[in-house]
Amino acid sequence: MMVVLKKIPLYILALFLLVFTGYPFLYMVATSLKTQQEFFQAPFSIITSISFENYFSVLEMGLSQYFINSIIVSVVSVVTVVFISALASYPLSRMKFRLNRTLFLLFIAGMMLPIHSTLIPTFMLTQKMGLYDTMLALIGPYIAFSIPISIFILTQFMQEIPQALEDAAKIDGCTHFGVFWRVMLPMLTPALSTVFIYNFIHLWTEFIFALVLISSPEKMTLPLGLQNFYGEFSVNVPGLMAALTLASLPVLLVYFFAQEKVVKGLSGGAVKE
Amino acid sequence: MQNELQVGTNQQVKSRIAVSKNRRKWRKALTISLFVAPAFIIYAIYVIYPIFATFNYSLFEWNGLQAEKTFIGLANYIELFKDQVFWTALQNNFLVVFISVFVQIPLGLVMALMLFAPIRGIKFFSTVYFMPFLMSTVAIGLLWVFMFDPINGTMNQLLRIFGVQKWQVAWLSEESTAMWSVLLVIVWQFAPFYMILFKAGIVGIPEELYEAAQIDGANKWKQFTHITLPLLMPTIVSSSILAIVGSLKTFDLFYIMTGGGPNNTTELMGTYMFKQAFQIFDMGYASTIAFMMFLIAFVVVAIIQVMETQRRKKGGFV
Repeated sequence: MMVVLKKIPLYILALFLLVFTGYPFLYMVATSLKTQQEFFQAPFSIITSISFENYFSVLEMGLSQYFINSIIVSVVSVVTVVFISALASYPLSRMKFRLNRTLFLLFIAGMMLPIHSTLIPTFMLTQKMGLYDTMLALIGPYIAFSIPISIFILTQFMQEIPQALEDAAKIDGCTHFGVFWRVMLPMLTPALSTVFIYNFIHLWTEFIFALVLISSPEKMTLPLGLQNFYGEFSVNVPGLMAALTLASLPVLLVYFFAQEKVVKGLSGGAVKE
Repeated sequence: MQNELQVGTNQQVKSRIAVSKNRRKWRKALTISLFVAPAFIIYAIYVIYPIFATFNYSLFEWNGLQAEKTFIGLANYIELFKDQVFWTALQNNFLVVFISVFVQIPLGLVMALMLFAPIRGIKFFSTVYFMPFLMSTVAIGLLWVFMFDPINGTMNQLLRIFGVQKWQVAWLSEESTAMWSVLLVIVWQFAPFYMILFKAGIVGIPEELYEAAQIDGANKWKQFTHITLPLLMPTIVSSSILAIVGSLKTFDLFYIMTGGGPNNTTELMGTYMFKQAFQIFDMGYASTIAFMMFLIAFVVVAIIQVMETQRRKKGGFV
């Protein structure tokens, strides 16, 4: 009995943190299941009725298009960035040359860079290239700004691959690219998934480049689309909450099914097992 | 004679080696370039070039719509230093840094410690604790705009339930509360991230240390201050660096929740720059703010690096 009593403060703290972190989600989902009338009558109640009508209506109003756009932009950018960063990480982590350190630092420095300090030239450049208001406009900056963290993580992992494996492959007649493709990449699978998850979630939620480089609703990615929704239907709170729930669902679902991987990926390799 | 012959062949061999060495060197350079080129080219176009271009634009009076620019030297910078809004923005940016380091990180540590507490349902708690970090900032911003809504919002409803209606305020549109409201949301969003970093740090502390301390009669608090905290120092340092650098870049949440208002009280360098560039179309001045953001980030990171090397040399913690 004493033991249980002693633990009560711990439970109170745990529950307090649970409410603090979890309540907004509860509010979001509960509100999304209400009709507008119910919301105005009892905005605070947890469950009054359950109707998925809001979900269908926001999907029809364009949310599905935002979803498709976000998937295309994120997947194309992430696949490209993982591949080219792995390529660049190979000489940076395993070959000696004079500019190695300089080049590495140049790439890594991008991690501290505020996006704003590149925004206007990127905006101008995009217009000059005729890419403004297309999804291609986003892919360039998305790749570029994902390179630093990707190289940072991948070089760390690549350094740990034993030299003997590389030598053996070379004796068997592998070129450098052969070594990279047949030895490095297969050994890197866990690191690649970390980089993939990290970048995917960051690009899935990216807002400012989309805000500056996209203007027509049918080209918008999810975050920009949500903001657009808010501007147009700010009175329809349940509808907006349904949109927010739907937009958050993919990442949350992946998290529920692959918690360890997502946590590891999101901490950007800072959490190693 | 024999010696001379030997010298001759030696030289031939040497020059042949030199030729093949040279060729190998070139081949190596080519290989390296091919591996690095794809990443480097994209990085150069979208990261390196824009920084120089931003500085260049900052020397002009230019609206971005017409091609014509007027060179005005450092006049934009002089104007910037006299601009009260910029100073407010800078101050707010540093307030975000301060809150991140001194509220978010300690809260993250508390949350991480909870994950090791001897209570039931840890798996459930940890799953929920991490969820805020998985939502997009835009979604978070919109969700909390409604939580802070003066009439239907959770905050004021909560105050009504507790019977303190007089405390109800329009959280995001009053100058005295707007900044703190957004800061609360930032803490909500990022504390889980530091929780994860600390969780990893705590897992890495050898169990024997605690056992030894227990034998020596150290209580839980002593164990925490003498074992956990010192051994988490590297995590605390790296978390602080991430928090500082991240806070200087903050934009999304403020843009969505307050847009820098009311009356510029929640203005950040990022929101101010965005306004100048894409709402007022004063591209020259916006570039000046943008370049200052770069300089400030650069200086802060440089200071951190110097302090890091000092700390490592002293070999204090770590």
